[in-house]
Amino acid sequence: MNTSRRDFIKSSAGVALVIGATGGITQLFSCQNAVTAAAQVKKIPLTAWVFLAANGAITIYNPAAEMGQGSMTALPVIFAEEMDADWNKVQVEFSPQDSENYGSPGWGNRKIQMTVGSRTVSTYYNMLRQVGAQARYVLLYSAAEHWQVPIAELTTKPSLVIHEKSGQKISYGDLVPLLKVPESIVEIPDNQLKDPADFRLIGKDIPRIDIAEKVDGSAKFAMDIQLPNTLYGMIERGRIHGAKPTLTNEMAIRALDGFVELVVLDYGIGVIANTITKAMAIKKELKITWSKEKATGFNSQAAYANYAKVAVGKGESKVVTNKGDFKKAYKKAAKTYTVDFKNDYVYHAQMEPLNGLAKVSEDGKNIEIWIGHQQSPSLQTAVSKATAIDLANIKVNLCYLGGGLGRRSMTDYLVETALLAKAVPGKPVKMMWTREDDLQYGMYRPLSLQRLQASTDAKGNLTGFAHTIIGDGDRLLASGINNDHYNIPNQLGELKIVPAGIRLKHWRGVGHGPNKFAIECMIDEIAIDQGKDPVAFRRQLMQDSPRALATLEKAATMAKWGEALPEKRAKGVAFLERSGTLSTGICEISLDETTGKIKVHHFWTANDCGVVVQPDNASAQLEGGIIMGMSSVFKEQLTIKDGQAEQSNFHDYQLLRMEDVPDSIENVFIASSEAPKGVGESGTPLVAGAVANAFAALTGKRLRHLPFTPERVLAVLNA
Amino acid sequence: MAIYTIHINEETKSVTADEATPLLWVIREQLGLMGTKYGCGIGQCGACTIHVNGIPVKSCTLPIDAVGDGQKITTIEGLSEDNSHPLQKAWITAQVPQCGYCQSGQIMQAATLLENNPTPSKSEIKQHMNGNLCRCGTYLRIIKAIEIASGKKELTTL
Ligand code: FES
Ligand code: FES
Repeated sequence: MNTSRRDFIKSSAGVALVIGATGGITQLFSCQNAVTAAAQVKKIPLTAWVFLAANGAITIYNPAAEMGQGSMTALPVIFAEEMDADWNKVQVEFSPQDSENYGSPGWGNRKIQMTVGSRTVSTYYNMLRQVGAQARYVLLYSAAEHWQVPIAELTTKPSLVIHEKSGQKISYGDLVPLLKVPESIVEIPDNQLKDPADFRLIGKDIPRIDIAEKVDGSAKFAMDIQLPNTLYGMIERGRIHGAKPTLTNEMAIRALDGFVELVVLDYGIGVIANTITKAMAIKKELKITWSKEKATGFNSQAAYANYAKVAVGKGESKVVTNKGDFKKAYKKAAKTYTVDFKNDYVYHAQMEPLNGLAKVSEDGKNIEIWIGHQQSPSLQTAVSKATAIDLANIKVNLCYLGGGLGRRSMTDYLVETALLAKAVPGKPVKMMWTREDDLQYGMYRPLSLQRLQASTDAKGNLTGFAHTIIGDGDRLLASGINNDHYNIPNQLGELKIVPAGIRLKHWRGVGHGPNKFAIECMIDEIAIDQGKDPVAFRRQLMQDSPRALATLEKAATMAKWGEALPEKRAKGVAFLERSGTLSTGICEISLDETTGKIKVHHFWTANDCGVVVQPDNASAQLEGGIIMGMSSVFKEQLTIKDGQAEQSNFHDYQLLRMEDVPDSIENVFIASSEAPKGVGESGTPLVAGAVANAFAALTGKRLRHLPFTPERVLAVLNA
Repeated sequence: MAIYTIHINEETKSVTADEATPLLWVIREQLGLMGTKYGCGIGQCGACTIHVNGIPVKSCTLPIDAVGDGQKITTIEGLSEDNSHPLQKAWITAQVPQCGYCQSGQIMQAATLLENNPTPSKSEIKQHMNGNLCRCGTYLRIIKAIEIASGKKELTTL
């Protein structure tokens, strides 16, 4: 391998173009084929973003996880746009898992490869445009050297360098043996990047790279990787968070048919068996006593009564947002409002239960892992810490994720996979969670009670707004508590934390779900009380936020807000900001008054998320997000009794099914040339507020406790 | 343990397994056909849907012992050689999958609908597909793809 800057091995097979992520250092190296290229890519201390083969094929390395959100296509599209690559010649592979080189700069002063918070496109956008443009620059430079013409006279068309003056052109593939690295490559200034008006790929609907293999069954999730002589690992984990196990029938377990090994963890007992059904069977035979922990005795549905006391108690609160003087505004108000909202726990229910495959070498010194993961600052560090295997000897292969939703950003199942494999060096272990494991040992979106208070002046203008969240989960609770786009002069947002000892985690937008529900219902309630139309009331509040207002106006137009409705139908509106995207959603519902079942007929959203790299895919994210939102709003309820989840699988933890989908979901993106914002989590938290507000318009009653199960709806209706 | 002969995707295979082993695990872990997925193991999600003699069956709850010698099993790998089944084409046109994990099951379930009812109504589609969960929420695109495949919607290129 030759990594010196001036010289590189000419090859007819292809070259990898290696570009420092921050610009400035470019290298090329040749490779006989893509496999050795990939190996070289991993060895060198710079970031290879693209591999160019002499036949013109272009491999772009995708640094992000693919869990259905489409970044496997969107990120390479951004790179290919600036490189001016012919998309028909592009193929995409996962980059190595290496935050230092492939991380995005969107995490304060650290570079991290992590697919969370709808941030993939927004955090990689500028960086991938820059390195894509640098790749194009190297091609231009090489052609200029070859033809001995000034580089400024060259232009490109997809995968083609053109010298207009002499009528010469050369394809990117034909340039491969002629490639030269410039002495230095400076950061391409923004004004030399493509004018968004000239985008050929960004903003156009490019079919997703991963669709075909997800339609013929060949897409590989971690669970689908096969190695010869694979063993199967399962873990019995405590039903109460943190409970420590004592195994009382080890001898009997070791004697069971198919048994291979036993692995004792702090929080569970692992078994390794020679078939998957044996592993499941042996797991069932484990006799374990568990220690008592914090959550022992905790009952979720009883927590609300305590939380209501905490709401008025003198206990400590964490101020999250504070603007003006809410207390003063409240005192001086012409009218005040106080309303409580509640939300039960919900579970991720990603379709692919957690799992991983790993093989430790006979000598115990190396490990290779296959996993579907949302990534983290360093997957390798987590494995190294747990197994004491050297960082350099840990290889992590990222597979497709059968859903992430926040759950797959944790390293627990990665570490478990490694620990089980370590117990049987030389043999691969497929570590699997059953659905029951995944649900009962889940990490949930926190339950909370939200007390909202507001004040209005004599004209009915909102003068103050306070939001107190009582629950466990700290920053998980806080997301979405801000109202930066409503012009309310005095605002207070605070948390009162009551530890419950339940495992909690991000869940597609997490706090935004409950918080936007509470905020949007409160705004609506005040509007109606003041005799104002909910859209008109919000219009007033958004006067200083033209981007927000544009989404409101657009959604109102789409939904024909204010026009006559079929009998027994009503519409409701909600607004939110999430990951920089602003969205207004409106739904149209009807209600079966005998069963308490709410039917959503239509859902319209208008969104400002900056440049939309893949419009149809962004729309798919909103569609899916709204369906998931409906699922959580109408069906999903995880309850805890004596510290343990009461549900175990999809028969008692119900998800929305096809019978309950709306007739239509329509999404519009407001035209923008601003850098992209995240859109993957914007749909989900719109649903609760829009539905509850539509319900109020229909019935005059208020739904204030998520989920809106038919029983709860009937109770509210008949109250 | 017993030895079973099964006819799957036009091939005949011999496998050794416990009587109660769900067909799902035989298909995946023994025959290496990984398109059929595990989602719940109790017949609630449909990720494991296959055809047995042309009927959609949730393979997670079907013990290998209950699969008779004369039964013809088809998995997603056997639906077409090259993604050319009308549903697969429609699925690509409508860009249905997100994470993709449920999609083999969705397509296998949908295929049996069109076999018996080439132009299903929307409510017939919903009824037939109701046992297949999709956490990514691709339901509306699934409906659209089935309508495309049944000729009810124009094939539009994305
Ligand atoms: S895995 Fe068979 S129905 Fe869920
Ligand atoms: S596409 Fe992800 S579960 Fe259906």
